[in-house]
Order: sequence, then structure tokens, then C-alpha cells
Amino acid sequence: MKNELIDYCLRLGDSSLILSHRIAEYCSKAPILEEDLAITNVGLDLLGQAENFLNYAAKLKGNTTADILTFKRREGDFRCLHLVQNPNTDFAYILARQFLMDSYHQILFNKLLNSKDETISGISKKAIKEVNYHLDRSSDWIKRLGLGTTESNDRIQNAINDLWMYTDELFTDNSTDLSMDKNKIAPLSSSLKKEWSEIVIKTLKDSEIEVPKDVHYSLKYGKDGFHTEYLGYILAEMQHLPLLYPDATW
Amino acid sequence: MSSDDQGILWEVFIQVKAGRPYKHVGSLHAYDKEMAMKSARDLYTRRNEGNGIWIVKAEDIVSSEAIDGEAFFDPSNDKVYRHPTFYKIPDGIKHI
Repeated sequence: MKNELIDYCLRLGDSSLILSHRIAEYCSKAPILEEDLAITNVGLDLLGQAENFLNYAAKLKGNTTADILTFKRREGDFRCLHLVQNPNTDFAYILARQFLMDSYHQILFNKLLNSKDETISGISKKAIKEVNYHLDRSSDWIKRLGLGTTESNDRIQNAINDLWMYTDELFTDNSTDLSMDKNKIAPLSSSLKKEWSEIVIKTLKDSEIEVPKDVHYSLKYGKDGFHTEYLGYILAEMQHLPLLYPDATW
Repeated sequence: MSSDDQGILWEVFIQVKAGRPYKHVGSLHAYDKEMAMKSARDLYTRRNEGNGIWIVKAEDIVSSEAIDGEAFFDPSNDKVYRHPTFYKIPDGIKHI
């Protein structure tokens, strides 16, 4: 069970870490200054959540730290979801990715408040306040883009169409999910789908965005250690400094 | 959107804690009040600066700059007695 718990913490930590890295890449590139600061703040919140989960994973593993897990792990040992690995194609993709993840996080962390594992419920309690705000912000942007101009509606529709298939992984159970559910640490991923669909579909419909069809596109996902073509490049950038200068401090 | 179309200018006021006055902290650009409120929260309160926010459209603020400064302010220069500083303040009175 301990290995599955570590695997689960890595999934939560790595997903927030990689999403936060994607947001960090966007720093200074948002259309207006206010939005740049706001989205970067979201990234920093996610980095904090990642640190909490990776600290816990490191403690359970023993003889390692969150920094080592972040900077000295191979691609195949990461457990982040495919959705967060997707690139910052444009503002609509960034907000669509964020909205799909924020709504998932809100439902998941609310369920994790009841986890039998006190560290996980504690981290979730702290994270939920941040996540509620993230979702408020990203749903607001979905509506603005959806109901804005023809171009903004086209772009957000396009982003939702392209990213939708990656939501399949969010609700697919693997052996770690089964173990977490059996031990009352976390709900089955598949059990989150109904609630998630309700809030996401409502927001999309209110924003005049069509809901794409569900696709089960892969047998192995990020949470199984099989990644998109993007993750290697993300890690290369994220890890190169500590690998080149292992003793560097600031 | 043209590159200089950043929306309307808003002025932001923050209350440090309940009961204290709202103080001007800066400004921001946003397209409407919902967006202005979110941006104000992200720009001005995330280091625990306060727990109350007012936002006002800058164009709705009436400023004294437009009025003749001399006639407006100078006559009060030599009238220090208009401040209640000639009274003894009893012990035990706080916040004055």
C-alpha cells in the first residue's frame, strides 16, 4: 500500500508541478500586465501544492527530498497527467487547460478532505481555498472568451476541442486508484466524473462552447508513467540547471 | 484588441482590517468591475495587505487638481485654530 500511496502523492504533486512550470513559461507574455500577474499567482499556488505533496512523497520514500524528486528524476518516474503537459499554444489553450484542471482539482480536493490519511486531507484543506479562486477566475475567462467575439469563441472552442481528450485520464482508474479507494485514502478517479461533467458542461454551455465527445485514446497514461512528447522537453529545461551545477545555491 | 487597449482605469482602495479606513494603494486596468475586483485581489492583497477592497472607476473620481489651488487651499494656511489641538486630551482616550 505504501508504494501506491507514494505513487498517488507523486501524481498529485507532479501534476501541479508541471502545470506550474507551464504557467511559469508564460510569465511576462500575457496580453495585459494584470493578467500576467494573476496567472503567475495561480502558478505559484500550484507550486506550493506540488511542494506539499512531493515533501510527503519524499518522506514516505525516505532518503530523498522534494527537490531531488523534482530535479533528479527520470521522465518515466514522473506521474503527471497528460493534460498539464500540453503547451501554451495561445491564451485560449492556457485558460482551457486551466479550467479543465481547476474544476478537477476542486472536486478532487473536496473529496480528499475526508481522506483517512491526515497529511493528504491537511494539504487538501489548504489547497481548496486556492483552487476555488482558480476555478472562479478560469471559468470567468471561459465565459468572456466564449461570449466575446467570433474570433475569441473560435479560439476557445478550438482549445477545448483539442484538450478534451486529455480529460479521459482524469477519470480512468489504475491500480493505484483501486488501492487508494480500498484504503479510504482517495476516491476512485472514475467516481469524480459525474460531478465534474456537470459543472464543466454547464460553464461551457453558458459560454456558447460546444462540448466535445469523450475519447478513450490511450491504454497507458501519465499517471502510469507514460507521457506525451512534451514532458521530456519540459524536464530538460526544468532540470538542466541543477544537473549542470549540482552544488549551486541562492 | 489593439495592443494599447487595456480597458478602463480603476483606482483601488484597501482596508487593512475591519473598522479601519480604506486607503488608496494604486490603480489597474480592467474591462469591467468583476475583472477589476479579481485583478485588485491579485495585485494588491496577496501578501496579506488587507481584507477589504474598494474599486472605483478613475474617471468617476472628482479631483481637486482641476480647481484653482490657491483659492482652494491657501486661505487655511494661517488658521491653525481650525485643528482641535488646543484642547487637553483626557487620559485613557485611544485612537485619536
